[in-house]
Amino acid sequence: MEVLLQQIINGLVLGSMYALIALGYTMVYGIINLINFAHGEVLMVGALTSWTIIVWMQEAMPGTPGWLILLISLLIAFVVCGALNFAIEKIAYRPLRNSPKLAPLITAIGMSILLQTLAMMIWKPNYKAFPTLLPAEPLHVGGAVITVTQIFILGATAVSLAILMYIVNYTRLGRAMRATAENPRVAGLMGVRPDTVISATFIIGAILAALAGVMYASNYGTAQHTMGFLPGLKAFTAAVFGGIGNLGGAVLGGILLGLIESIGAGYIGPLTGGVLGSQYSDIFAFIVLIFVLTLRPSGLLGERVADRA
Amino acid sequence: MKTNRLLYFLLVALALLVLPLLLQQGGNAWVRILDMALLYVLLALGLNIVVGYAGLLDLGYVAFFAVGAYLFALLGSPHLAEAFPWIAASFPDGLHLPIWAVIPLAAALAGLFGVLLGAPTLKLRGDYLAIVTLGFGEIIRVFLNNLDRPINLSNGPKGINQIDGITFFGIKLSRPIEVFGFEIASVSLYYYLFLALVIVSVVICHRLEQSRIGRAWMAIREDEIAAKAMGINTRNLKLLAFGMGATFGGISGAMFAAFQGFVSPESFSLMESVMIVAMVVLGGIGYLPGVILGALLLAALPEVLRHVAGPLQAMTDGRIDSAILRQLLIALAMISIMLLRPRGLWPAPEHGKSLAKPNA
Repeated sequence: MEVLLQQIINGLVLGSMYALIALGYTMVYGIINLINFAHGEVLMVGALTSWTIIVWMQEAMPGTPGWLILLISLLIAFVVCGALNFAIEKIAYRPLRNSPKLAPLITAIGMSILLQTLAMMIWKPNYKAFPTLLPAEPLHVGGAVITVTQIFILGATAVSLAILMYIVNYTRLGRAMRATAENPRVAGLMGVRPDTVISATFIIGAILAALAGVMYASNYGTAQHTMGFLPGLKAFTAAVFGGIGNLGGAVLGGILLGLIESIGAGYIGPLTGGVLGSQYSDIFAFIVLIFVLTLRPSGLLGERVADRA
Repeated sequence: MKTNRLLYFLLVALALLVLPLLLQQGGNAWVRILDMALLYVLLALGLNIVVGYAGLLDLGYVAFFAVGAYLFALLGSPHLAEAFPWIAASFPDGLHLPIWAVIPLAAALAGLFGVLLGAPTLKLRGDYLAIVTLGFGEIIRVFLNNLDRPINLSNGPKGINQIDGITFFGIKLSRPIEVFGFEIASVSLYYYLFLALVIVSVVICHRLEQSRIGRAWMAIREDEIAAKAMGINTRNLKLLAFGMGATFGGISGAMFAAFQGFVSPESFSLMESVMIVAMVVLGGIGYLPGVILGALLLAALPEVLRHVAGPLQAMTDGRIDSAILRQLLIALAMISIMLLRPRGLWPAPEHGKSLAKPNA
């Protein structure tokens, strides 16, 4: 029972990070129908930026409380990633908006390789120890262990989801975003500037990714220039799982994926008598995904969209 | 006019035949680059059937390459005999099936996998399909990586080595032969084999493109519902596209295994699939000359850049590693080519295009 509880906690933590990244994918997809392959790299840049700030602040201003350092580094990472994603969209995706559908996919892949290479040049390829800034003693909940960092992750996810829901549902920008997602031309006729809305979407997505990146790095204690790939891939899976283009679906898909992975990894060994080990945990997600999509071709919460005419 | 074309054709044919013999004077490494480029052309041609003709975005194509390579590796190396005593008992020298048995097997098995992947994904649209194929590719790779336990089938991350080369009518391609006192290196022999395969594939693809099947695929690509309304059996044709594409992947996988003499799961990463898609799209999707150009370019570019990167590295006092520089230039090339030529370097000539679609 304790094992199950522990795996559920780990799964929720993992899942909330997936959910934050998946939101970035799904928002971009909802508006311009593009798989933003470089999204995972934005996460990586966020994590490495905040690592730089943290290391610098710990040296320059010893005695500053950990949470303050974390907060400042997060804010700077938000700004850097927001600017980066804004630039990516402007350079690599905007000129191709009316091109064949696969063209921006290739520039996105190119961007992803480019960012990884640049990050390797700037930050060097070694693994960096991500400092623990929040109290390290874990709390015990009914036999399971949860760290303060994990509580911070769950809390920050909940807060940012609430803010995002507020922006999308109750503000002018959110209304413009929904309108653009529905139909950019008509939205334009109604006085919405699609370009501004798309830029705003990329910036919001980047902020969520930067947050997830810092969480990921502090949860695992390391950061490196290739760290964006796997969470990016999983989060994309989560977005599709929930129904791509659907915000609630991305969150649901992310959390379910996290739970499936961590519970699966915890139980597959004992269940199969040690024949299959946790090294298969990376593909549970895909097996479940294929199964779900056979039954529901547009994801869990996706609407049944007719094929484009 | 007629004789002119014939002359061109003969010149190109002659150049293609002499090319490896010239390059091998400068070292076998050059011919090796050429061989790998031809294998990539083969892969790109296969993927072009799925992505270019039928319009199904497949991000896990390398899985079929892996299936072909591992099949050849298992049947053409001592690994199975070492791992399973009963095989060793019945085949004391290991299984060394002739290529006439292995290649059709590789094609058939890869084709079967293609249909297996295609079947559950028939109902999926565009990007859902992309992620499922991507997942399929990863599943195959993870299995290859871990199937050394409980039974040692794939030898895990260590991979399988000591794979037989190809023997062709008694000619062993793995060692040089002498013709009229002129030595033809093993890599050049493989070059001729791969070139022949590429030519056969181009002919097959060209004929497919012109055929009823090819036209049906393109109809599905443009508008699946309309294609269905015209009486096209979209289910069977999509499965056929997956199967055909996979067959090409399987054969080039088998060639890859024989050529390298070694396979490991590392060669079949997601990045490899992505690069093959990039070859097809960068060159000119759905258009054979474009696809070939894209494959040659992306396969040869990194190797050529290795030689260009050296001087650049010296110029910057060795601060920029040549591997990093290479990656940087590839990324920049991908972005700038797409920005400058969104339809690919050598796109299909436009004909019968409908009016520009409004952004739906």
